[in-house]
Amino acid sequence: MTIEELEQIATSVRQEHEKYDYEVNVCMDLACASQGADRLREALVKEAEASGKKVLVRRTGCMGPCSSGPLVRVDPAETLYRHVHSDHAESIVASLGGEPVAELQCDLSDHFDKQVRVVLENAGYIDPEKIDDYIGRDGYKALLTALTEMTPNGVIHRITESGLRGRGGGGYPTGLKWGTVSKAGGDMKYVVCNGDEGDPGAFMDRSVMEGDPHRVIEGMAIAAYAVGASKGFIYVRAEYPVAVSRLTTALREARRRGLLGNNICGTTFNFDMEIRLGAGAFVCGEETALIASIEGRRGTPKPRPPYPAVSGLWGKPTLINNVETYANVAPIMRNGGKWFFNMGSERSKGTKVFALTGKITNTGLVEVPMGIKLWEIIDVIGGGVPDGHKLKAVQTGGPSGGCIPADMLDLGVSYDALMAAGSIMGSGGMIVMDDTSCMVNVARFFVEFCMTESCGKCIPCRAGTAQMYTLLSRFCDGSGTMEELELLEELCGTIKDTSLCGLGMTAPNPVLSTLKYFRNEYIEHIVHKRCPAGVCNIKAPVEVLA
Amino acid sequence: MSDAVEVKTLIIDEQEVSARRGQTILEVARENEIYIPTLCHMEGLSDVGACRMCLVEIKGSKKLLPACVATVFEGMEVSTNTERLKQHRRTILELLFAERNHICSVCVANGHCELQTLGQEQGLTHIRLPYRNPQLTVDASNERFTIDHNRCILCTRCVRVCAEIEGAHVWDVMGRGINSIVITDLHEDWGSSSCTRCGKCVQVCPTGALFDKSKVGTDHPKNPEFLPYLNLMREAQ
Amino acid sequence: MSKLKLATVWLDGCSGCHMSFLDMDERLIELAEFVDVVYSPIVDAKEFPDEVDIVLVEGAVASVDDEKKIKKIRAHSKTLVAMGDCAVAGNVPSMRNPIGPDAILERAYIENATVQQQIPCVVVPKLLKVVRPIHEFVNVDVFLPGCPPSADTFYAALTALVTGEPLDIPALTRFGA
Ligand SMILES: Cc1cc2nc3c(=O)[nH]c(=O)nc-3n(C[C@H](O)[C@H](O)[C@H](O)COP(=O)(O)O)c2cc1C
Ligand code: SF4
Ligand code: FES
Repeated sequence: MTIEELEQIATSVRQEHEKYDYEVNVCMDLACASQGADRLREALVKEAEASGKKVLVRRTGCMGPCSSGPLVRVDPAETLYRHVHSDHAESIVASLGGEPVAELQCDLSDHFDKQVRVVLENAGYIDPEKIDDYIGRDGYKALLTALTEMTPNGVIHRITESGLRGRGGGGYPTGLKWGTVSKAGGDMKYVVCNGDEGDPGAFMDRSVMEGDPHRVIEGMAIAAYAVGASKGFIYVRAEYPVAVSRLTTALREARRRGLLGNNICGTTFNFDMEIRLGAGAFVCGEETALIASIEGRRGTPKPRPPYPAVSGLWGKPTLINNVETYANVAPIMRNGGKWFFNMGSERSKGTKVFALTGKITNTGLVEVPMGIKLWEIIDVIGGGVPDGHKLKAVQTGGPSGGCIPADMLDLGVSYDALMAAGSIMGSGGMIVMDDTSCMVNVARFFVEFCMTESCGKCIPCRAGTAQMYTLLSRFCDGSGTMEELELLEELCGTIKDTSLCGLGMTAPNPVLSTLKYFRNEYIEHIVHKRCPAGVCNIKAPVEVLA
Repeated sequence: MSDAVEVKTLIIDEQEVSARRGQTILEVARENEIYIPTLCHMEGLSDVGACRMCLVEIKGSKKLLPACVATVFEGMEVSTNTERLKQHRRTILELLFAERNHICSVCVANGHCELQTLGQEQGLTHIRLPYRNPQLTVDASNERFTIDHNRCILCTRCVRVCAEIEGAHVWDVMGRGINSIVITDLHEDWGSSSCTRCGKCVQVCPTGALFDKSKVGTDHPKNPEFLPYLNLMREAQ
Repeated sequence: MSKLKLATVWLDGCSGCHMSFLDMDERLIELAEFVDVVYSPIVDAKEFPDEVDIVLVEGAVASVDDEKKIKKIRAHSKTLVAMGDCAVAGNVPSMRNPIGPDAILERAYIENATVQQQIPCVVVPKLLKVVRPIHEFVNVDVFLPGCPPSADTFYAALTALVTGEPLDIPALTRFGA
């Protein structure tokens, strides 16, 4: 495949699409599919054929506002319909060329206007199982340009210049990491895509892998070229069967088009990749545990250094990046590092995808520029807290993150600001809590998650999370004491300082951040034996008798 | 200059010492008779950095490093016994004592136990954390040895000695987090496992978790010294 | 100087600590110059006195009775010493914790009994679900681990408590000593 051939495909795809007067895009992502999007699509296809109109019915990846699903967007008018079911197919097809179907139409301009779509630029516009759809939207252009017109160092330079930081949670500068792997010596190098996505409530990576799999493959191939790797692995949790099947199809198609394999694009660059399934252990998202898992060993972390960039898979230099990190690569290559650098805040560039869940009107996937104020996400994009309840806190960063109280919503979303507020960016889970949540109970929920997901290798994480859980449970059932609260705080300090990997180091975060902002709730539980939110079941003290 | 002779100078506890490139902080400290407490480390086995007893402070870094795996670099300034480290070590030991059912007074290893000794040495007089009292089993199916999971601290020395030295890899870890236990084969009884009955695991076990049935009372000193010697002899071959 | 009031108490333990205490032998006479034993299983007093300077508590808290006692003892004592591993860590009495009191009672009084197979319910106090060291119920001032702590440990500790000299416990004893 050459650039010219690629252009040809793109042109023919566009020509093909021009044959149609209307495009009816049906979101087939999990949330919509589970509400009958499949039957809806079939009905639309049938109606379209019967109507004689020139209609292309296309299945797409996640469009974003999942709570309004099943979603349908009719182009070129860009009319968005929500809660569509197969019964509606007839009226939608009938309306083409006339007035939109009023009772289904929805105006989510508030929801979309503040979003900036880079990673999700194709979401809702392509059929994830058709490589030509991706190519039609400039897909693989970045890879072929890099291979034929740029040196590996040039690629690294552009990524560095963009200011892209890892989206897997740590926020490590991506260009710097690529540089380290590229400089590491050795005959064999690997690139790995971390698609383990274990945070409860997070589904950004799944959505990208399911909705736009070629974007991940292209990003990885560019990375491989840049660092000098010839073999890649995509590590996906087995709980994501659709992602696995889409990626499998995508890999096959990419190979068929000569975009993977030997002598890609007529150059000397050889690269191919395999999918590896994770068995659903959260800790296998940690890079050293992930490596152990790919190698076929028990998924437990190892002390770093040495970092995978120097000694990773089978002791070889290995580049590990997150799905979303790779998904940013192609647009940066196409539009330039400066373009990306100019988006976002001081030290956090570009955009970030968040999975907005909890007590919020528009749950779903949103992509926002870094630096956006939290209230813009919650009140404008998210549509605020429903049912007349009051916002209490926003939890970011998954189980290792923290809770940001409602009065700090003016915070700009960036790696550093979230860190300073006692939380972290994490991989992009954002859980909204209202006044019906008890913060002690919330802390206990996340600690329980870390306790059951701890690998058990190091003592502070294995036994420490279990002790945190015991102490928090005692507060929740009203048997805790102020001395135990002191003990808990000390324990948090030790677990944070001494754990082997990020899981343990961050496991106390939910406790520390709720203690920082909601200490009074702890005191209420311990001293006054009362749960202000009415969640915890505190009984009058009874003697524990045999 | 070849790797073998590359010399690094560093400071450990205000003492200037020299080391070869690639040596761990622990090796250098021990060569210079500077004490760093360890638990999962065992001379002659690979290191896993799991127990966190050997954590040390490095000047200019907030992150604590495990001395058993962290290698030296030029100009490094290491502190091995600050108040912060002492407090963490005590808390980690408390976590271990509270995790399973360690009843020293009735243990075969009483007086020869590394956990017990470390507790005393680090100044523990009681455990502030609630005891978890889990229900755990004892496997006495092997004709020569017993494993009492109540006393296991999951240091994985047995796993490593069996795989790395004996070459049998009978032991491994099963389960996650607080529910992890060491198992023989695929969780078979020890007696019907592929165990070669060499007894190396018993000798390296720091507590009374693994013990020799022929020992009575608390008379069960462990002798792991054979390991470095064995390695030396094998290398010489 | 008036003598300090010393009490010793026996909760769920084997009395080994008290034996070891008595093993101080002639040094007891020396100590008697500084302390009066006002309450103990080895003296006649039946009620715990109102004001005690030093109390040595042997044994873990295993029954409702123990729990009541330890709270009362704490309220009436200046310095509370947890004496021995049972008091400090639960030790042997706590070995029933993973199994639970019901199963233990069943085994002891029904399965293994040849006559009168019944779980006693009068006179004997009810067992707590879990046996706990005393510091989980009340504040403890001094911990003296050991099973039992040796006579030398007792002598050194008591001398220090009486004279107010510093006391380095880990140098004297440990769990299981
Ligand atoms: C407990 C734990 C779980 C993690 N889970 C994930 C995950 O699910 N996905 C991910 O991309 N990174 C995860 N990470 C971060 C990875 O270790 C690693 O830093 C990341 O994949 C690097 O990619 P990036 O530089 O693109 O962010 C996890 C880290 C820890 C400590
Ligand atoms: S049995 Fe002994 S050697 Fe094996 S993990 Fe447990 S404590 Fe370590
Ligand atoms: S001895 Fe270093 S971590 Fe255990």
